[in-house]
This record gives sequence, structure tokens and C-alpha cells, in this order.
Amino acid sequence: MSTNAQKRGFGATIWDYLTTVDHKKIAHLYLIAGGLFFLIGGLEALFIRIQLLKPNNDFVSAGLFNELLTMHGTTMIFLAAMPLVFAFMNAVMPLQIGARDVAFPFLNSLGFWLFLFGGLFLNLSWFLDAAPNAGWTSYASLSIAQTGHGIDFYALGLQIAGLGTLIGGINFLVTIINMRAPGMTYMRMPMFTWTTFVVSALILFAFPPLTVGLFLMTFDRMFGANFFDAAMGGNTIIWEHFFWIFGHPEVYILILPAFGIFSEIFAIFSRKRLFGYSSMVFATVLIGFLGFMVWAHHMFTTGLGPIANSIFAVATMAIAVPTGIKIFNWLFTMWGGSIRFTTPMLWAVAFIPSFLMGGVTGVMLGSAAQDYQYHDTYFVVAHFHYVIVGGVVFALFAGAHLYWPKMFGTMLNEVLGKITFVLFFVGFHMTFFIQHFLGLWGMPRRVFTYLPGQGFETSNVVSSIGAFLMAAGVIVLLINVVITSVKNEKVGNDPWGDGRTLEWALSSPPPYYNFKQLPLVRGLDAYWIEKMEGKKGMTPAEPLGDIHMPNNSFIPFLISLGLFIAAFGAMYHGDEGNTWGIPVLIFGLLFTLGSMFVRSIKDDHGYHIPKEELIDDNDKGVKA
Amino acid sequence: MKRLAKWRLVSLFAILTLVLSACSGQPYLSTLQPAGEVAKKQYDLMVFSTIMMIAVMAVVAVIFIIVLVKFRRKDDKIPNQVEGNHAMEIIWTVIPILLVLVLAVPTVSAVFNFADVDAMEKKNEDGTSDALVVNVRANLYWWEFEYPNEKIVTGQELIVPTDEKVYFNLIASDVKHSFWIPAAGGKMDNNTENVNKFWLEFDSKKADPDKLFQGRCAELCGPSHALMDFKVKALPRAEFDQWVTNMQNIKEPQDATTDLAQQGQEIFNKSCIGCHAVTPSNGTPADARMAPNLTNFGDRNIIAGYLEHNEENLKNWLSDPETYKPGNKMTGTYGELTPEQLDALTAYLMGLKVQGE
Amino acid sequence: MHVEEKMTVETWPAAPEKQTLEAKNKFLGFWLFLGGETVLFASLFATYLALKDSVPRSDMPLAKDLFEIPLVFAMTMILLTSSLTSVYAMYHMKNFNFKKMQVWLGITVVLGLAFLGLEIYEFNHYVHEFGHTFTSSAFGSAFYTLVGFHGAHVAFGLLWITTLIIRNSKRGLNLYNAPKYYVASLYWHFIDVVWVFIFTVVYLMGMVG
Repeated sequence: MSTNAQKRGFGATIWDYLTTVDHKKIAHLYLIAGGLFFLIGGLEALFIRIQLLKPNNDFVSAGLFNELLTMHGTTMIFLAAMPLVFAFMNAVMPLQIGARDVAFPFLNSLGFWLFLFGGLFLNLSWFLDAAPNAGWTSYASLSIAQTGHGIDFYALGLQIAGLGTLIGGINFLVTIINMRAPGMTYMRMPMFTWTTFVVSALILFAFPPLTVGLFLMTFDRMFGANFFDAAMGGNTIIWEHFFWIFGHPEVYILILPAFGIFSEIFAIFSRKRLFGYSSMVFATVLIGFLGFMVWAHHMFTTGLGPIANSIFAVATMAIAVPTGIKIFNWLFTMWGGSIRFTTPMLWAVAFIPSFLMGGVTGVMLGSAAQDYQYHDTYFVVAHFHYVIVGGVVFALFAGAHLYWPKMFGTMLNEVLGKITFVLFFVGFHMTFFIQHFLGLWGMPRRVFTYLPGQGFETSNVVSSIGAFLMAAGVIVLLINVVITSVKNEKVGNDPWGDGRTLEWALSSPPPYYNFKQLPLVRGLDAYWIEKMEGKKGMTPAEPLGDIHMPNNSFIPFLISLGLFIAAFGAMYHGDEGNTWGIPVLIFGLLFTLGSMFVRSIKDDHGYHIPKEELIDDNDKGVKA
Repeated sequence: MKRLAKWRLVSLFAILTLVLSACSGQPYLSTLQPAGEVAKKQYDLMVFSTIMMIAVMAVVAVIFIIVLVKFRRKDDKIPNQVEGNHAMEIIWTVIPILLVLVLAVPTVSAVFNFADVDAMEKKNEDGTSDALVVNVRANLYWWEFEYPNEKIVTGQELIVPTDEKVYFNLIASDVKHSFWIPAAGGKMDNNTENVNKFWLEFDSKKADPDKLFQGRCAELCGPSHALMDFKVKALPRAEFDQWVTNMQNIKEPQDATTDLAQQGQEIFNKSCIGCHAVTPSNGTPADARMAPNLTNFGDRNIIAGYLEHNEENLKNWLSDPETYKPGNKMTGTYGELTPEQLDALTAYLMGLKVQGE
Repeated sequence: MHVEEKMTVETWPAAPEKQTLEAKNKFLGFWLFLGGETVLFASLFATYLALKDSVPRSDMPLAKDLFEIPLVFAMTMILLTSSLTSVYAMYHMKNFNFKKMQVWLGITVVLGLAFLGLEIYEFNHYVHEFGHTFTSSAFGSAFYTLVGFHGAHVAFGLLWITTLIIRNSKRGLNLYNAPKYYVASLYWHFIDVVWVFIFTVVYLMGMVG
């Protein structure tokens, strides 16, 4: 029963990952899959920048360009940023609250496989038909008008992946509410756990509108419904609303965990507790709440009328207040501290000016009357890359360096890490700063080319060079990962030396049951408190006893596979002369339902690690 | 010494002006060179908010630099674990709230100002209004401009009077588009299911007969979204009225004047007139207008929305529209044209003028 | 306390659905899931309200032409009653009366089937009498999507409860399956609440035009 066996063959390892319900292994899966999609999305970005290198360029055709820009956005948001954020949430959050696993290990695995199959389905569009080409926003009139199956891949792929995310959100919420270690009150939770908590709530309420929107689009495109067909009484603005009721919280779903990671980093490498912890918590909750009140600022030019535009403008600008609170709290966490410039800290320090830049342009965009000029120009492109790259991607890089030892037991090379940082940081600002001006000078976004003589040439060259610098930075990171993995030098519990939260009290990587005995938490920065009192580790809150563990399961994979199959049926059934579509759709759905049925009727009580085995572990040292 | 200082100051301003003008884009296209009331108000708001934001960034920058310089790790001492500071936290909560409020007031007032279209709603007994109204119908990669009060239709080139408010009704006939003339003001979407209304104004001092304002589509609408441009010609009221009268005077298709053009007209009447009208009346219902109205094609400054207006470009466009505007609706609606036919059509189309030389 | 332990009336706890950590997690997780479902249905309601009576031709049926209160009222009463019978079932679960719980759940399933049958008849009626179909207008799409999503939820709930009844028929109640029963009944109540809103927003408000 035990998954504790060491030195297994390659096949056994693969099978282990296919069936694992361990949050730490699922974190690996999210990291690898999200990383791959990040590279694909990055490649698409490079093609975009090559095309825009000079006016009237013909590197790619107009149609292919639209596919690239759509897939770049969709991949980066749904298949790269979200899963990478989920990777760190899975890897770290249960450790931070002193839990043995997440609340629903089975669902955790299901969430991952749904995401992966959804992502695969979406990306298969490149090979099977044409990729979606209506932008990541896929506005209804355009997406309904598209022939071919590109948009179908989008609608069905995101539906499957989105389901996985929703499941993940519920899982994290329950984990945080029910499974905190003794003494871990809400106001002692590390900032990253807090942001995970708020983000999970956002996911719970933001994804259903997307689900509905995607269903309506699927029904319109594949089953003859008329939600978005104006001639049949439909209304495309419904899609815009649903998309942004989801889409705006989605932005916070990405950025709040980034805030969480940076909050950890500032505290660790300044050797100081987070300044204004309670106001940080308050600001996080407030940002999450306001995130639902501002979606229509993406639709200022849609024609909702001056009253709606004014309300949403003011609400949007109000978000600057809690965000400002955070910026100042970070600065004053460092103030009076003892700052060590490790790679994660470099990313965190660079994040402040970069994100601030995106924040202030956000306020300008929120001011509706100005937005009429900025809307759908390169100014917007610059703005959201400043927040998403300067915020989220910086955090992902920082988190990767910070948590690499906790996830894999080895440290990424610091020198290569700093090279990655410099290349990416310089490239990032080169690429996107100038784009503010391109927008102001009259260059709309999502254009496959521009004409000579409008003054766009030099700036676009600068922007494209920057993109290649970013790519170079990512390549150095990949080299770093390979070198580190080959060397495989194991590190101890607290490799950075200044860890403050519970995860640093465990070995790197932690044993599969996490805590042998649940720790007693005596305050914020629980591990730091013990360290300052000269203790080596946490005080246990319970006597050593048997540990109840969940069984591995292949069913999550099968449930997801069923939906993957069904999606093909749904997509192709409307083709002329197609006879297999409906049977495949029904087969896939039955396959999923059948897998769920098996899961339901087969009792699964998990297993227990006997006390004796845990005592043995003490002698041998903790193993992976 | 004093003169030197003055000279320095002057050269500093000269450089600054140079940098600023390099940074403000093309006068016919840039939002930073406003050429009308709406754009001007938006530009002022931009400048105002930018200054405010730079002030905020300066405060952050100062603290940021002090922190990074002063608090590097020098020894192994554990710093004081500060929990927070209520006074400071209140300061950086209240000041941003005030800043937001200061920005909110002009924002809201401008939003309502830009949405004020009462003048176009005031209808006379015959259903017309005193204000100048243009119905903008956006189509896959071309624009139609209908003047409902004047009862004329044109396409691709918007002609408006300067120094007065021009009101727009915006709608799309296929997919969503967005109507944007950066130099004149912000954009508004052409939706498929409802009419959006707003106004713009064009400044006579900024209107340049050689460099017409550039308009564009700002909402992704398909492969040729990037090429869905149009031109805006802003004329003094008298010239505008003259143009309207000239247009209105054309009741029947103009007859070609040369032999070559006559051949062209025959081809046109056989292959093109099904979609392209050459009279400006708006008798055909909007849905049935499949392609740009060509009544004043010879007067225009662009071909296919973005190509320079010359015979060569016209021939290229007619012989292979797909290359010039991928995904357009004209490709494949007529057979291949011989060089002779192209010459004839070109001669005919270039002769379609209402303004005279 | 082991989850599969044979229980008696004496050892059966007052809140059998929340005895283990797994059960507590399931209980909370399901409530959260219902929160998400609420947003899902809210979105569908919004779509319906936006597209209500939105038809391409004036001769097509509108809400006020279609709906007949007696039938829908009967459906409402059936579903409300089924909610009540599932409450009885949960009452008997708390009292460790397995047989009665199974019987009441059985009645719930029968009522649910009756509801579904009537709904199918209703849809059929609209399609054949009025030509009001999923593809005939935006109104049709929105109506069938909203009510159909609810119907699909009913069907799924029926499958779920039936599976529970059959799966556990031989082994009786324990702390492993008690939370499963409890959560299924929660789901059933949720479906009922959604229907109350459909009855009000779609049918009653549809009648008044």
C-alpha cells in the first residue's frame, strides 16, 4: 500500500504520477505542464514580435497572426499562469498551514488532469484544423462568424480546463478552513496562504459565469442555438459581460498569489516580519471583493451609457487604494531590515517599480473618459503586460527559485538565476515600455501589420529586441534547471537560512505524509518563533500515531479522458456527412459518468501508516 | 554668465520640444496631438493623471532607493520585528483615496459630456435634426457613412465640417467593430445589435487638407482588422455644404467621359453594380448595401481604406483583392480581369468625381 | 471511531454526517460547490431575462403565449414534495433508521421521475404545438438552456440517489456512507430551490408578460 518504495523503474514512476493524489507530486505535474505551456505561449509571442519587427512584414499571414495572438493570450492565462500558480499553491500552502494533504486529494488530481486534457485539446487545434483566432476574449460576433473548428477548440478546451480550476478552488478553500494545524488561526496564516484562500473564493464565484458563457458559445456554434445571433434575437453583449465577470476576477486570481509569494520573499530576505500584516490581509480581501465590481471597465466603449461607465470607473480607481497599501507595506517590510539580494529577492525588488508602472496605467485606464482613447490600443497591451509579466511572471520566477529546494530538494544555481533575472528584466521593460507610446500614437492592438511612415517603426524594433532578451533569460533558466537536476545536491530543511513559515521546518522535499506529528503553531511566522527561541524544529501538537493516507487512483485520469473524447464528438458532429460525432459525444460522457460511478460505489478508505514505520523514519532520516 | 545660463535654458527647451514632438506621434493620427474638443479633453485628463501618477511614483521611488541602499545586510544581526505602524498605514490609505477622488470628478464629468447627444435626438417634424448626424455602418473591412438628414451615402472617406459637433450613430452589419479617429477623440464600438451614439468635433486649425485624419477599426474583426482604416476630411462649413450639394445633385449614375472609361462603365454595370452603388441616395435599405458606395471614388485619397490613391494601386486591388485585404468579401465575386479591362475600369472609377478639379 | 464500524442506535452520533475529517471536508466542500452552482444558475437566469421574448419574427410565440400555470404548478408541487420526502429521509438517517430512510429516498426518486416526465411532456408540447424550439429563436435557446440545465441537474440527482440506495441496500448505515446520503439530499434541496426561482422568474413572470 505504501507509496514509500524507493528506487523504482521509470514505468513505475510514470504510473505513480498518473495516479498520484499527493499534493506535492501534483505540484510537480502542474509545474511541468504549466512550464511547457509557458514555453509554447512564449514561442507564439516571439512569432508575433518577429511579424511586427517591420512594417508590412509577411513573416506570418494575417490569418495565422490572429491565431497566434489568440493562442498566446489563451495559453499564457489559462494554461501557463494559472497552473504555475496552482503548482506553488499545491506545493506550499498545505505545508504552510501544517496539513498532511489537501482536503480532497482525489479531486486535486482530477483538477490537474482536467486542466491538462483541456490544454491538450486546445493546443491540438494547431494540428487538426485551425487554432482559435478571435482573441483570448473571443468576442461573440466575431467568434460566431468564424468558419472551421478553431473557436470550438477554444470553447470546449477551456470548458474542460475551467472545470479543473473550479474543483481546485473548492479544494483549497476547504483545506484552509478545515485543516489548519492546532494554533494556526486565520490571523496567523502566512500571506501566501491568505492569498490562496481569497483566490480560491474568487475562482469559485468567477468561473461559473465563464462556464455559462462557454456553454452558450458551444450551443451556438455546435448545436444551432441563437444566443449571440442578432438576427435571431440574440445579443453578443451577453458574452462580453460573462467573459469579463469572469475575466476581471481572473486577473486577481493571478496577481494575488503573486502578491503572496512576494510577501513571503520580502519577509524572508529582509529578516523581518511582514509590515502591517493585518492591513495586508484586509487589502487582499478588499481587492478580491472589488475585483467583482469592476468588470465593465473592459467594456467602456461598448456603449453601456455614462451612468454605468462612471460607476465602474470610480470602482476601478478605488482598487488603487488597497493595492497602494500593499506596495507601501512591502517597502516598509524592507525598511530597517537586513536585506540579502538572492535571486528571489531580486525578482521581488524589481517587481515593485514594474508593477507600480502597471498599476498607475491601470488607474489611468480606469478613468473612463481617457480610456476611450486607450481602449484596444497598444497602451492596454503595455498595461496588462506590466501587471501580468511584471507582477505574475516575476512572481513565478521568484517562486520557482524560492521553492525549488522545497519541491525538489536542490537549489537552483544563484549565478545563473541572476543572469536570468537581468536578461528578463531588461528585455521586459524594453518590450513593453515603448508600447505605451505606440498606443498613444494611434496603433491599435491585435494588428497583424502596420504601414510605414506612421512613426511606429523604431519602437516596434525596440520592442521585438526586448522580447528576444526575455527569451534568452528563459533559456538560461532552463539550463539552470537541467544543471541543477543533474548535480542533484540535496539541501536541508531551511536552505535560505531565514525561513519563517512552517514549510521550512520540514525536510526538502518533505516526506509524503508532510508532518509526522502536526505542529503546534504559536504565532505568525511559526517556524521563526521557534528558531528565535533556539529550538531546532516545531513543537508537536499531538503524540505520534498512525497517519491516515489516501490511496492513489487512476480514475481522475479516466474521468478527464472521457470529457476529452466527448469534446471531439461535440465538435465534429455538425460537419457535413459526419456520423460518428454524436456516438462519440455520448460515449465520452458515459465514460466520464461511468468512471464517476465506479469511484462512487467502490469504497476507498485509504490506508494507515503505522506508528512503527514512522519511528523507523527517524533513524534513517526523512526520505522523499 | 547670465547670458550663458539663458542660452542653456533655451537649448534645454529646444531639446525638450524636440523630444516631446518625437514623443507625440503624427498629427493626423496621434492621441497626443488632439485636433478636436473631445480629444483635447481626453488629452488634458491624460496629462493631469500622468502628473499625478508620476508624483506617486516619485514618492515610492524615494523610499525604494533609500531602502535598497541603506538596509543591505551587513552583519548577522536580527532586525527588530516591527508589526506595523497605524499612523503611517492610515496616511497611505487616505492619500490615495483623496487622489482617486480628485481624478474621479473630471472623469465622471467628461464621461457625461461625451455621452451628451441630446442635439441629435431633437427631431424636426420631417424626422431630421438640426445637428449634423452621420450613421456609421461598419462592415468586414470597410466603412459606410450615411448622412440621414442630407440623404446621402458615402464610404471609406468621412467628410465632416470643422468646428462644430458631429454626431454619430454606430452600428455593425456583420461582426463587432470599433470606430476610432485618434486625433479627434476616443473610440466607440459598432455593435451588431444596437446603435451607439456619441459626438466628435474637428478643429479647423488642426485640419490639414494634405494629411487627412486617420481613422481605424479598434476591435479585432478578422484577418484584415489591421487594414480597416479610413480617412477623415474635415472641411470648413461652406465647403462641406458645397460637397453635400454636389453629392445631392447626382441623381443618376454619372456617365463616363472617355471611350476607355465608357468601356469601364459597361464592365462595372455588368459585374460591380450589384454591390457597389454609384449614386449617393440612400434608397437601398442598409442591409442590402453590400459594398462601399463609389459615387465620389475619384475624389478620394485612399483605395481599399489604406492604399495610396493611384491607378496602379487600384489595378492591383481590383486584380487581386485577397492579397491586399485578406478575408475581404469582394474576392471571388467576379471573374479574372484582363489588363484591358483593368485599364477601362480604372479609367471609369477614377472619373467618378463630384468636386471637380 | 472507524468509519465502517457497525453502529447501533446507541452509538449513532447526533450529526452522523460530520464525524470524520473527510466527512467535514465533504460537507463544507459541497456547500461551497453549491455556492458556485448558484452563480452558474444566476448567470443562466440573467441570460434568460436578457433574451426573454427576443424572437426574430412577430408571429413566434412569446412567454405569455406558451406557459400554462396548471401543469407547471403541478411540477412545482411534485418537486417541493420530493424535497420534503428527502427531509424525512434525513430525519430517519439521524435516528439510525436505515429502512425508513431508504423508503423515503425511494419516494423522492419516484417524485423526481414524475417531475422529469412532466418536464419532457412540457417541452414536447412547446415544440410540437408552438414550434418553440432550441434553435428557433434566442428566446428558445435561453429558455431550454435554463430549464434544461435544471432538468439535467434533476436527472443527475436521481442517478446519484438511486446509486446510493442500491449500493448501500445490503450494508446499512455507517459513518462512511452517512455523509454521502446527507450531501445528496443537500443537492436535492438545492435543485428544488432553483426550481422555485424558475417557477417565479420564468413562468409566473412570463404569464404577466
